[in-house]
Amino acid sequence: MVERGKRVKTATPSSRVLLAAPALVITAVAAGFLPLLHFAASQGGAFALDAYVWRVLGFTLLQATLSTVISIALALPAARALAFRNFPGRPLLMALFAVPQALPAIVVVLALVELYGQAGWVGGWFSVYGLGGILLAHVFFNLPLALRFFVEALESVQPENLRLAEQCGFSSSAHWQHVEWPALRPVLPRVASLIFLLCAASFVVVLTLGGPSATTLEVAIYQSLRMDFDVSRAVTMALLQVALCAALALAAGQLAAPVATAPLLRSMTGTARPQSLMGVSALVLVIALVLPPLVALLLSGITNFNLRPALFQALGMSLLLATGSAALCVLLSWPLAVLQVRKPSWRGALSATSLLGLMLPPAVMATGWFILLRGAGGSLTSSIALISALNALMALPFSTTLLASAMAQTIPHHDRLCAQLGLSGWRRLRRIDGPALARPLAQAYLMAFVLSFGDLTAVMLLGSQGLVTLPSLIASEMGQFRSANAQGTALLLAALCLAGSLLANHLSRPESR
Amino acid sequence: MIRIDKGFYSRDGFDLAMDLHVQRGSFCAVLGPSGSGKSTLLNVIAGFEPLANGRILFAGLDATSAPPAARPVTFVFQDHNSFAHLDAWSNVALGISPSLSLSEAQRNDVDEALKATGIFHLAKRKPGDMSGGERQRIAIARVLVRKRPILLLDEAFAALGPGLRREMLALVKELHHTRGLTTLMVTHQPEDARGLADGIIFVDAGVVRSPMTVERFFESGDRRIRAYLGDWQALPT
Repeated sequence: MVERGKRVKTATPSSRVLLAAPALVITAVAAGFLPLLHFAASQGGAFALDAYVWRVLGFTLLQATLSTVISIALALPAARALAFRNFPGRPLLMALFAVPQALPAIVVVLALVELYGQAGWVGGWFSVYGLGGILLAHVFFNLPLALRFFVEALESVQPENLRLAEQCGFSSSAHWQHVEWPALRPVLPRVASLIFLLCAASFVVVLTLGGPSATTLEVAIYQSLRMDFDVSRAVTMALLQVALCAALALAAGQLAAPVATAPLLRSMTGTARPQSLMGVSALVLVIALVLPPLVALLLSGITNFNLRPALFQALGMSLLLATGSAALCVLLSWPLAVLQVRKPSWRGALSATSLLGLMLPPAVMATGWFILLRGAGGSLTSSIALISALNALMALPFSTTLLASAMAQTIPHHDRLCAQLGLSGWRRLRRIDGPALARPLAQAYLMAFVLSFGDLTAVMLLGSQGLVTLPSLIASEMGQFRSANAQGTALLLAALCLAGSLLANHLSRPESR
Repeated sequence: MIRIDKGFYSRDGFDLAMDLHVQRGSFCAVLGPSGSGKSTLLNVIAGFEPLANGRILFAGLDATSAPPAARPVTFVFQDHNSFAHLDAWSNVALGISPSLSLSEAQRNDVDEALKATGIFHLAKRKPGDMSGGERQRIAIARVLVRKRPILLLDEAFAALGPGLRREMLALVKELHHTRGLTTLMVTHQPEDARGLADGIIFVDAGVVRSPMTVERFFESGDRRIRAYLGDWQALPT
């Protein structure tokens, strides 16, 4: 019998237990950030803000701005051409545009070099190294991302509004003004700031395609620490990077949240509006940007696939790191998600906590951990632990958002019935909430797994002698001009990452019976 | 006024046969079970959905392949009849000119339509700041400025409370008479049909039946009509 005045007890463990997760995240981030502040203080605040740092900052902003502008400018007309039409091949195109996000950066870099490099299939007419190559890679990743966000936003237009426009005989400009622009306006700043943030914090692309004059803060931090051993300069740039990314992450608002729209338009017959030349041209250009590198990756990978001991060793290490990292990520994001659902007043703070891993770029975090563990030596075990932790932190915002959203739709609805049936604690988790959340949980795990599996950033920053993953094997083979081996490895890595992403995507769909 | 000759609609496994003639100036209620194709019939007439076979004629003119804007029809939906970023005045004015460039006479028309529907004082309000009934008045005001002879209402007032719904139906009835409209109204309320309409179009089992008088419909011994109406007549009015 429930005592008078006492609330029905739910399945949630005490908040104190759950709070261990955000506390751990904050501690890990503080361990990355505070040593920087301490170091800066010990230098008497004398930051190494020299001409080099300003030049690097300038290039970081330039390449991120250009990448964002090009991606948005092409994605807008292409999205208009896709969103209001049903034509054969449209589902295939949408699937094609989802591929770049699933590919590790090093794989894309290799594909671009294979295609546009000096000895590439269509190479020679521009240098794939430097600003051009960086922009090409960033646009390859972010143009389809922006396109998918815009198509989703346009498809959220109410069918009645579209029919009203048809009935009133809207011209193309009136259609843009009254139907499309109002749908795109709310998502445009978020998409632009997200792309800017991703490009400003880009590491692998700039490290491999950049050069002395094409370096971003993220890469310059790595070079200062790992090559020049100039901790003071690394700290200065790390603080600059934190300020830049934090400002942008805040501007991006709901960074990890997808645009909450329902694809309504597909339920109605395609409209009779003719395709604009600009829309079709933009769509063709997007396909020309996305498809050839994928074809190059596939063909060169099949031709040069070579099973060798180094490949198996790297595969084993990648699997080990990704398994651990994804497990840690889910273990941290589950309590964060439960707290977000149970404590609505804490939601803002908890959301910001899960975003810390993105607001503080990996190079910054690794700098702090590097300073903190300077005397400890870089053993293989400690490298594995640190890389797993860094990857888990980077995947945390995505898995937390996914789990919190799934929990918000299930747990509160179960509360009263479970209380009535006397289901609580472990029994409730096993019988009710667990099965209901199995798919989003598996999806969150897979997402974190794929992110870690394809990651090169954490390995470059925190790796040690003997720690070789598939992405680092590709990077090292590229560096040694053994591109044939690298292409085979890249195909394996891409195939595994794509399979993981497809499975995660499949799990996101409602269960069919 | 509206004629569908051997019309056949088919999409995603849903088929609807229609052979229909609606007289000019008549007010027909479209009744039938959920999912029977009532809204599809209106969408076909408005040009939002294509006919697989057959012809549709307005006042004797073939409009089978005419786009929605070229048909003599104004459609009022249950919801989303206005654009959220535009105020009530602009939402009504769209019915005259999508670019919103209006002559003085046309601006007066918009003002008059807003007055006739009782929302002139809300002209500068956006739909989000208006009640459900006020938002539907925007749609009715647009009917007035568009000056099309056929009015289609797809459960236009289903989301409103009973008092407001009756008020809106009275407004529609008045417009129907004063403007000489031909009106087709999808509804789930047989009492609306009995109170307002002079004909009933019954849609069931993939077939649109020809209009029949209200009396004939409610007294019909047809098994399907009786099954649809159930014990409705036994309910107190």
